[in-house]
Amino acid sequence: MAVKNEIHFSFPSESCNERIARMCVTAFISSLNPSVSELAEIKTAVSEAVTNCIVHGYRNRSGKVEILVRASDDNTVTIKISDRGCGIPDVKKAMEPLYTSAPEEERAGLGFAVMESFMDKVTVKSVVGKGTVITLQRKILSSVGALHN
Amino acid sequence: MPVIIDTEETTLIAHIQGEIDHHNAAEIRRDIDLAADKHRPVKLVLDFDDVTFMDSSGIGLVMGRYKLIKPLGGKIHIINTSSQIKKVMKLAGLDRLASIE
Repeated sequence: MAVKNEIHFSFPSESCNERIARMCVTAFISSLNPSVSELAEIKTAVSEAVTNCIVHGYRNRSGKVEILVRASDDNTVTIKISDRGCGIPDVKKAMEPLYTSAPEEERAGLGFAVMESFMDKVTVKSVVGKGTVITLQRKILSSVGALHN
Repeated sequence: MPVIIDTEETTLIAHIQGEIDHHNAAEIRRDIDLAADKHRPVKLVLDFDDVTFMDSSGIGLVMGRYKLIKPLGGKIHIINTSSQIKKVMKLAGLDRLASIE
């Protein structure tokens, strides 16, 4: 599918940027006429992925989080969220519901479960010591007609 | 002020304000725990009417308060959730720990 539009931005891994990151992504996606629930679900998935970069990727240090959002001709949104943090040694385990490596912060261990439930496709590529790339994909259906809420 | 606290006899009502994410959760948690420590409620009501966004940080927040209040024989009631927030809570099975309205 041809790329219709895209944005690319990056920010330091400060928790105050979690809000700004999901606002930027939702502002971009708004132009595709999503339903309220599509927009809210994508926003939630982005918040989970960005929080993972900040809480886990750059656990005891600061670094840069990068986001690329792309809309293709068929109204599929692809969101790539990358960090150059510590990486995930066991991606399968990290994606298990209720697994968390940060229980002291009251993390529920549901970040990936939320992403998988709200997006059509979630892929995780991670190299220990190099970083992690999470790719979220969802087709916006409601823009075809207003009935798909 | 991320939480407005009301008390009625043995009930503590926490009206959570704004967005619940990893950045805000710590402050919300601190405010509720301070009030709970002071009032020792039998019933903790978490009011989501003024919550505009919540990710899984909100799940951690509810689970943490459940762990805090359960040993004291307390119960948690979650009220005024939007359909979006309810979806995240059900995904986490929070409906097994607390009543959700």
